[in-house]
Amino acid sequence: MKSFLLFVSRKKPSDWVRFLLVWAAGISTIAILLYLVIFILVRGIPHINPALFELEYTPENQSLLPALITTVLMVFLTLLIAVPFGVATAIYLVEYASRGSRLVKAIRMTTETLAGIPSIVFGLFGYIFFCSWLGWGKSILAGSSTLAIMILPLIIRTTEESLKSIPDAYREGSFALGAGRLRTVFRVILPSATPGIFAGVILSVGRIVGETAALLFTIGSVIQIPKSLYSQGRTLALHVYNLATEGLYTNQAYATAVVLLVVVLCINWLSSRAERKFADKLK
Amino acid sequence: MDKQELDERRSAKLSSDKQKSDKPRLINKERIMRGVFFAAALASILAVALICIFLFAQGIPPLAEIGVFEFLSSDRWRPTASEPSFGILPMILGSIYVTGGAILLGVPIGILTAIFMAKMCPRQIYRFVKPAISLMAGIPSVIFGFFGMMVLVPAIFELFGKRFDMMSGNSMLAASILLGIMILPTVISIAETNIRAVPQELYEGAIALGAGHERAVFKVIVPAARSGVMAAIVLGIGRAIGETMAVRMVAGNQPVLRLPYEFFTGVRTLTSNIILEMGYVERGSLHFGALVATGVVLFVFILIINLLFSILNQDKEYNSVKKNKKGAKSQ
Repeated sequence: MKSFLLFVSRKKPSDWVRFLLVWAAGISTIAILLYLVIFILVRGIPHINPALFELEYTPENQSLLPALITTVLMVFLTLLIAVPFGVATAIYLVEYASRGSRLVKAIRMTTETLAGIPSIVFGLFGYIFFCSWLGWGKSILAGSSTLAIMILPLIIRTTEESLKSIPDAYREGSFALGAGRLRTVFRVILPSATPGIFAGVILSVGRIVGETAALLFTIGSVIQIPKSLYSQGRTLALHVYNLATEGLYTNQAYATAVVLLVVVLCINWLSSRAERKFADKLK
Repeated sequence: MDKQELDERRSAKLSSDKQKSDKPRLINKERIMRGVFFAAALASILAVALICIFLFAQGIPPLAEIGVFEFLSSDRWRPTASEPSFGILPMILGSIYVTGGAILLGVPIGILTAIFMAKMCPRQIYRFVKPAISLMAGIPSVIFGFFGMMVLVPAIFELFGKRFDMMSGNSMLAASILLGIMILPTVISIAETNIRAVPQELYEGAIALGAGHERAVFKVIVPAARSGVMAAIVLGIGRAIGETMAVRMVAGNQPVLRLPYEFFTGVRTLTSNIILEMGYVERGSLHFGALVATGVVLFVFILIINLLFSILNQDKEYNSVKKNKKGAKSQ
């Protein structure tokens, strides 16, 4: 009935033009996305074979397993650095700081600035600071430190939002029972906000997995399973980049791109699922 | 309004808590942990400070050595010649052209899609479109770049290659189209949020005055969300200027001064200039310094854009506060 009314309400030809424009735009956006995903999948899936998953990379097999393992290591290392800082910052902003204080404004401003800086600038900074100035060289430690700074604003923002969405009644109840602020934060607020924080963390995992520009000069491009924090490595996204631009192993590049795409899509799907669960729970 | 009230209550509660925590028994643990959280909160400030200090410390001296005017206005980028010259005008223009092209393509489609999602599409379709857009935001830029290399570049070469004497399909046009696609999710999600935030009364008023659905949306709702839509465009510009990998993979990367209408020729952007040459540059040389200085120029561009974005967003908050106050009075 509603759609029928909308149909009748299109009184002028200009309304029809607008209607068509809007639908055309919506459909073309989705079409572009589907074309991209399906193109990569169709070209890549036939070239996925067991040789791609051998432990050693050789020019014969172009194995992506070392890159995959490096990626997983990078994810853990980066989260290990960024999550404590991010969550603690959000706790300070939401639970401790008085609203509108200079410091809170300064923190807001800097996180917004960090969120807007392009990844190549992070890469440049990481190279100058972590690799050269601190003398870590190109290493997974330098790479993940760079990425940690990059995902910090994302973690702060999502944690802040989930802390804010915890009803004040929880806090009041906890105080009424005689708990201090610290106990309230750790026993009441954080446990109920965990799913929301988790959604933000998964989202930043997606960022880490997909990042290239910030890593190219901070982690190196040696294809190996890193043996220590100071050894070089190559993540999956960098591996796709190198295979694609070298132009020697296009088929393997397609196959690696499929693996990367599937990993990232799964991560995003997980994140939005976690977010929805969190929202449902609070209702 | 409720939120404001809540905020006030929360801050009142916070200040009363502060008084409470002065009790001697609780001081230690509470104080220490408060200090820990506080120190962590300083991390983001420290990070921005470090980024500024190190970029400027490494970028400004070479900039002074080359000469700021020379660096920004010369069109000769010959870093490895026997008489090296460092002029990044082609790259600055390249970034502007490519971003301009991306905006021309991505913004109309993005905003129309945002209108589609916020006001036009049936709920069943929305349930499919919304996650699709957030998936699109999550696709890594290498994948976009790879897609561009394999699909866009050959397609452009096939269509225009002979007619315009192209060496390859790597061109300003390819980079613009690819970036136009890549900024879509950013533009769409911010514009959609802002269009949805427009009060329903405006729409109903327009309908009551006899406008059709589309007319009401285009002539009343979208203009009312103007500053939010502008913010979406500005953020899109920021994304496009800062994008590195995908541009580097399809733009051709010749450091040559181009004119805006030469979109079948290759360009190099500020970002790809850094990524292309950092790999082989000798650390500490003037060439390295010039690359860092390129990063500084890019950084300044981005800071200006961010400032613009936050001004546009603030404007919106201010309006809604005003509205709230009015509402409170009338009650």
